[in-house]
Amino acid sequence: MTAPTTEAEDAPAASWASVRGGAGDRIFSGAALLAGLSILAALAGVFIFLAIKGVTGFTKPAEVYGPHAESFVGYVVPLLVGTFTASIIALIIAVPLAFGIALVISHYAPRWIAAPVAYVIDLLAAVPSVVYGLWGAFYLAKKLVPMHQWLHDHLGPIPVIGHLFGEPSPAGRTLLTAGIVLAIMILPIITAITREVFSRTPRLHEEAALALGATRWEMVRMTVFPYARSGMVSAVMLGLGRALGETMAVTMVLSVGFDLSWNVLATSSPTSIAANIALKYKERSADLLNVLVATGLVLFLLTFLVNFLARWIVGRSERRMAR
Amino acid sequence: MAKSIDVSDVNIYYGDFLAVQGVNMTVRAGAVTAFIGPSGCGKSTFLRSLNRMHEVIPGARVEGKIVVDGQDLYEPGVDPVAVRRQVGMVFQRPNPFPTMSIYDNVLAGLKLNAGKLKKNAADEVVEKSLRGANLWNEVKDRLNKPGMGLSGGQQQRLCIARAIAVEPQILLMDEPCSALDPISTSAIEDLIHELKNDYTIVIVTHNMQQAARVSDDTGFFNLKATGEPGHLVEFNPTKKMFANPDDPATEAYISGRFG
Amino acid sequence: MSTLEEVSTRVHVSLVQPRLPRQAPAITGVIAVALGALMLVLGMGVVGAIVLAVVVYIVALPLWSLAIEGRRSATDRLMTALIWSAFGVAVVPLVSLVWRVVSKGAGRIDGTFLSYSFFKTQIDQPVGIYHAIIGTLLITLGATIISVPVGVMAAVYLVEYGKGNKLAKAITFLVDVMTGIPSIVAGLFAFALFTLIFGPAYVSGIGGSVALSLLMIPIVVRATEEMLMLVPDELREAAYALGTPKWKTIVRIVLPTALGGILTGITLAISRVIGETAPLLLIAGATDRTNMNLFDGAMTTLPVLIYGQNLRGDAPAEAIAWGAAFILIVIVMVLNLAARIVGKIFAPKKG
Repeated sequence: MTAPTTEAEDAPAASWASVRGGAGDRIFSGAALLAGLSILAALAGVFIFLAIKGVTGFTKPAEVYGPHAESFVGYVVPLLVGTFTASIIALIIAVPLAFGIALVISHYAPRWIAAPVAYVIDLLAAVPSVVYGLWGAFYLAKKLVPMHQWLHDHLGPIPVIGHLFGEPSPAGRTLLTAGIVLAIMILPIITAITREVFSRTPRLHEEAALALGATRWEMVRMTVFPYARSGMVSAVMLGLGRALGETMAVTMVLSVGFDLSWNVLATSSPTSIAANIALKYKERSADLLNVLVATGLVLFLLTFLVNFLARWIVGRSERRMAR
Repeated sequence: MAKSIDVSDVNIYYGDFLAVQGVNMTVRAGAVTAFIGPSGCGKSTFLRSLNRMHEVIPGARVEGKIVVDGQDLYEPGVDPVAVRRQVGMVFQRPNPFPTMSIYDNVLAGLKLNAGKLKKNAADEVVEKSLRGANLWNEVKDRLNKPGMGLSGGQQQRLCIARAIAVEPQILLMDEPCSALDPISTSAIEDLIHELKNDYTIVIVTHNMQQAARVSDDTGFFNLKATGEPGHLVEFNPTKKMFANPDDPATEAYISGRFG
Repeated sequence: MSTLEEVSTRVHVSLVQPRLPRQAPAITGVIAVALGALMLVLGMGVVGAIVLAVVVYIVALPLWSLAIEGRRSATDRLMTALIWSAFGVAVVPLVSLVWRVVSKGAGRIDGTFLSYSFFKTQIDQPVGIYHAIIGTLLITLGATIISVPVGVMAAVYLVEYGKGNKLAKAITFLVDVMTGIPSIVAGLFAFALFTLIFGPAYVSGIGGSVALSLLMIPIVVRATEEMLMLVPDELREAAYALGTPKWKTIVRIVLPTALGGILTGITLAISRVIGETAPLLLIAGATDRTNMNLFDGAMTTLPVLIYGQNLRGDAPAEAIAWGAAFILIVIVMVLNLAARIVGKIFAPKKG
């Protein structure tokens, strides 16, 4: 089976495919197919090589996971907690901001403001993560110390939630700070996707709401949000995927410990999977490396799942809207 | 309680571009007034200025006076949201809210103002509005189905029901039948006849026969020349307009000798 | 019909409802700023004063509106204030970050900083980031050389050959998913691949290129795909009607038409991966010397150098880190600008 014949059979839309150029065509379409397949191969390769290198990492003798854990589960659970805590803090901060900014761009600002606003937000995406890390570690952390104290003083005494706001770190290099830096980093992607779906709200529906005597906010609630709901959900998921996998911001900002605590203001907190790999890879002991690759595999599957879900939601709603 | 509209010296702009110039007319209460004219002559633009929907477009503005019930709509203290509550609008293409049921579509406008309605009061409004729009018998068994599931003509009548549910004084219709088949069109025209007992209706139409069929008064809009603003050429009772127009341009347009 | 009378709101509503003066937001804003300034004078911190001013505005304007205009307008004004302040909140870190990098970094830049490496041949030799700039350029170049042919050809397959078949759908979906791969996982992949083949101590620039290309390919595919789909079918059909074979049509007609957009996409993709750190830590390592050979030995890039200096944490290291961050941001911004300019230059061809 050669590539060009499959192409001719599978692509009835390309009625002009009958125009043949002999060898040149076969080589070119073969190369295109090869490139497409190499993407499949690359993704499969990521999984396979991580699996080969990492599979032994799940079942090492207890001392490899030490000094704080005895098994892979014991090793990875604090990391998962750190990963998710930082990501959830990031989402809590970034999502409302991103939705607000997306609305500014799509519905609130006049065009001459909306375009620069969109550009500024895109610039946030262009800043390399290591620069965010540098800024977070050397500047933002110190600036946030008073806020840590304030949160501890005012929210600490509240039952249940108070556990999150325990004894604050004097240096500010905490999960909260890492989460804030992450929030800034995932803001552009959430903004970009939601502004896109917001601006696709049919003008007809918006005018219908306005003509019924809706204020601008009521119009947004009646027409824009219902229309964009699945797009908003998947934007949040994609933001979550980014936050889960982001390495440098957490690595550079957070001072690491292995105590499993819920205090997001603590002096030392469990780090994230990605940051842990970046911190530990240098030890280059073969056993530990296997463990690190195994945690990487966990992270890969996790982000794959989150992204998969996000894309699936978008695809499903696009099919529904197309009907 | 239908209301009349007194329009004096209205100019309508898109940014710096003057789209409609110097309109003066009186739309009679409880009558149907039709606007006819070639494409791009500003009749829809003018219609949208009657409930301040024109200014939704960035840069768009209106000069002059449009007085309803002794109140100039463009006076500084007037809230456009309140204006649109009192002057309902039906659009060219049916636009029920896609995520709402038929029931919720009818109540959409009312919920904005009244907050929570009692269940039986809401039921009554829905029934009354849908009956008013000649749609009740067709949809009474599927009120909780999405409004998008209806046919085009039914959707348009649903939009009319949605507009009259808030009991406006005036109902504006922007080519309400242009996206519909002849049968749906005649259903809407019948409905317009019934509605004029309760509402002042202003309708924009491309179809001169429709204007002749449904309206009491007719306004003819035209462009002076390409690139010039649109203006009101003639405003007269429909009978006179179609039998013996004052302006030769009107006669040319109506008899098809246009341009 | 008595219930109907209750809900009937007709006639009662007046068009002129009490409204705030048009300058109300401005007035409230001035008062809020004045309050903030007062607190600033009274010894409150700058951040505290700004937060106070914003909160005063967000609370006061809706309350005023609630008292005069009613609940619905108040909600509208509250949401408008919140939505705009969301934008303000997002701009603050960007401005702060750019200001930090410029104020701390620009001063460190001079001729020696750009032309010397960390490797000292004499005791008093100045240090610079030359080796990291070279490393960054070479590794990114390597990644570009791998990603562009694969990415562009894959997009050609998706748009010109695969149109809607199952394989194309699967690839499109996986490309989407691939954009979400964490960079550290890309690094682990390159690390696992190369150490399996060349032994556990292997480090090289090309490994970094491979890792980066994994992140870059999906961006290139998406950009190219979008541009190819913009090329009108009439152009293709015109070429076929002249008897041109399909591959020549693509190479001579379709790709040149979409060239501007594709170049823009590639430039943006480069600017995205040039700042990557995590994958390079794992596979490209770090060195003080200038390494010109992608295939042999460790290679430092700017982000890795910044990270390394951050770890050391002393004052000279911090200064070098900011200086390198400044150079990195300048490179990224120049690439972004270039992308826009390229897009503009080629734009008329689209229409």
